[in-house]
Amino acid sequence: MTTPTPILEARGLVKLYGRVVALDSVDLALYPGEILAVIGDNGAGKSTLIKALSGAIAPDRGQILVDGEEVRFRTPQDAREAGIETVYQVLAVAPALDIASNLFLGREIRRKGLLGSVLRMLDTREMRRESEEQIKSLGISTLQNIGQAVETLSGGQRQSVAVARAAAFGSKVVILDEPTAALGVRETGQVLKLIRRLRDTGMAIILVSHDMPHVFELADRIHVQRLGARAAVITPKTHTMEDAVAIMTGARRVAST
Amino acid sequence: MTTVTDDGAASAALEEFLNRPPSLGQRVQSVLHRQPALSPAIVLVLSFIGFSLTSSRFYQLENISLILQQVAVVGTLAAGQTLIILTAGIDLSIGALMVLASLVMATLAYQDGVPGVLALLIGAAVAIAGQFVNGLLVTRIKLPPFIVTLGMLSVFTAIGLIYAQGQTIQLNPGAFLLWTGNTFSIGSLNLSYGVVLMIVVYAVLTYALRSTAWGRHLYAVGDDAEAARLAGIRVSRVLLSAYVVAGIAVAVAAWVLVGRVGGGDPNSGLNANLESITAVVIGGTSLFGGRGVLIGSLIGALIVQVFDNGLALAGLDPNYQVLAVGILVIAAVSVDQWIRSVKA
Repeated sequence: MTTPTPILEARGLVKLYGRVVALDSVDLALYPGEILAVIGDNGAGKSTLIKALSGAIAPDRGQILVDGEEVRFRTPQDAREAGIETVYQVLAVAPALDIASNLFLGREIRRKGLLGSVLRMLDTREMRRESEEQIKSLGISTLQNIGQAVETLSGGQRQSVAVARAAAFGSKVVILDEPTAALGVRETGQVLKLIRRLRDTGMAIILVSHDMPHVFELADRIHVQRLGARAAVITPKTHTMEDAVAIMTGARRVAST
Repeated sequence: MTTVTDDGAASAALEEFLNRPPSLGQRVQSVLHRQPALSPAIVLVLSFIGFSLTSSRFYQLENISLILQQVAVVGTLAAGQTLIILTAGIDLSIGALMVLASLVMATLAYQDGVPGVLALLIGAAVAIAGQFVNGLLVTRIKLPPFIVTLGMLSVFTAIGLIYAQGQTIQLNPGAFLLWTGNTFSIGSLNLSYGVVLMIVVYAVLTYALRSTAWGRHLYAVGDDAEAARLAGIRVSRVLLSAYVVAGIAVAVAAWVLVGRVGGGDPNSGLNANLESITAVVIGGTSLFGGRGVLIGSLIGALIVQVFDNGLALAGLDPNYQVLAVGILVIAAVSVDQWIRSVKA
């Protein structure tokens, strides 16, 4: 084998909703350190595919492999434990909590010794320190005060918190499901910058998006979904946006790679 | 694509406008936003000063002791109510459950000759089980808390009346269960052990809310349950735990109630449901969940008691207290709405 092992791979995923075929034997491969964009028309099975990879639904058939090992996700928590973090289109942060609390929400650090084990006291200082480091390493300059409540942030800043959160916990893969759909132009810019920086840290990223210019700007490879199946995998170097749209809509067929 | 990737595209004038200093109103709003208990604290201090001016007896330590003893039952109950309101729920049955638990304690100890400690534990188990049922109905059958607790209000009230057969039980002086009504003095300050228990409940729950992951999760769930779920928090479990912990507060309140009425009285604590909600709301906790501090509820309960006591000492019609509490509730919710609209 000359090709490296995909960090996340799906083989022959099938998902039916009643008689509707949402996923028709879909394969997907994500390699370390790349951004794989997933595009497709509405109803092409993008969300179902992402939900299967992030543990939100269980596929009826097919395998999911992480680092070449087969895994079975029953809940999003399982996927998270396997190192797959997902950032959702909706701004999934707790508004009244501060940035540090949001970054550590659901996996808080406790104080050492009896304070932590018996009294369950949180180590707020340590969580703030690590949050500051995380924010700094991702170069999110717009987040200055780590103790600021998230509701006082703009949409772009909130989504940056969500991305930083996903990237923070030793995860291998970050799935971004339409991360900029709810944002304005300026804020979208902030988040795109952040995604690029995240990739530069060596994280493998799946980016689901409707926005062709963004996809072509960011992605290393593009997985095109059509009618529940993978229509093609192309790259921004070998294909144009027109090609991608043509494949997405079925105006052109491409031999599967 | 420069407009997309370039953050520095905004003109200097726009930047200046965005970075303009906040107005006075915005600054007040921002402070209240960070300190939800501040406005009720100010109201408490002002009303205390006001009543001290109208009656020289008001500010005597004997009178303050009385206010504290009177607030102990509703104050303790309001601590439990706060947990549920923080999850964006509401508990209309909390007072009825407290009365039921107090009747169980008193009846077991008096009629059935059960040792006081055991009667207390059985009564506490009833309170916790009652809240566990509320929590199950909210989390498993997914009913709105308002409906669940409205139904359970009738259920708990009816069980209490049937169980006690409408009778009032007077425990013998010196009975273990009456310990919460016993008093001790620090100088002229004369406190009951019920007041001490209330303070312990507030201290423990404040710690749990502020300094443990459980507390963070409770706020997160009340704030935005869907966001909390996506963050990997088990929302149902957190909700259920809020009801169960509130049940512990109900159990303590029931014990304090037994001490205050000297036994079990099915007609005691009739207004405790709404009084506990009133205390929480005046105390700055948002009815929409996720916002508020526990100590605010104690301040809220104290405000109500101070008005009650102060108006009586000033020789005014006690109905003014009802009027004042009504206005305070509306004012508190209005302030909450304003605070919630805060921006950076």
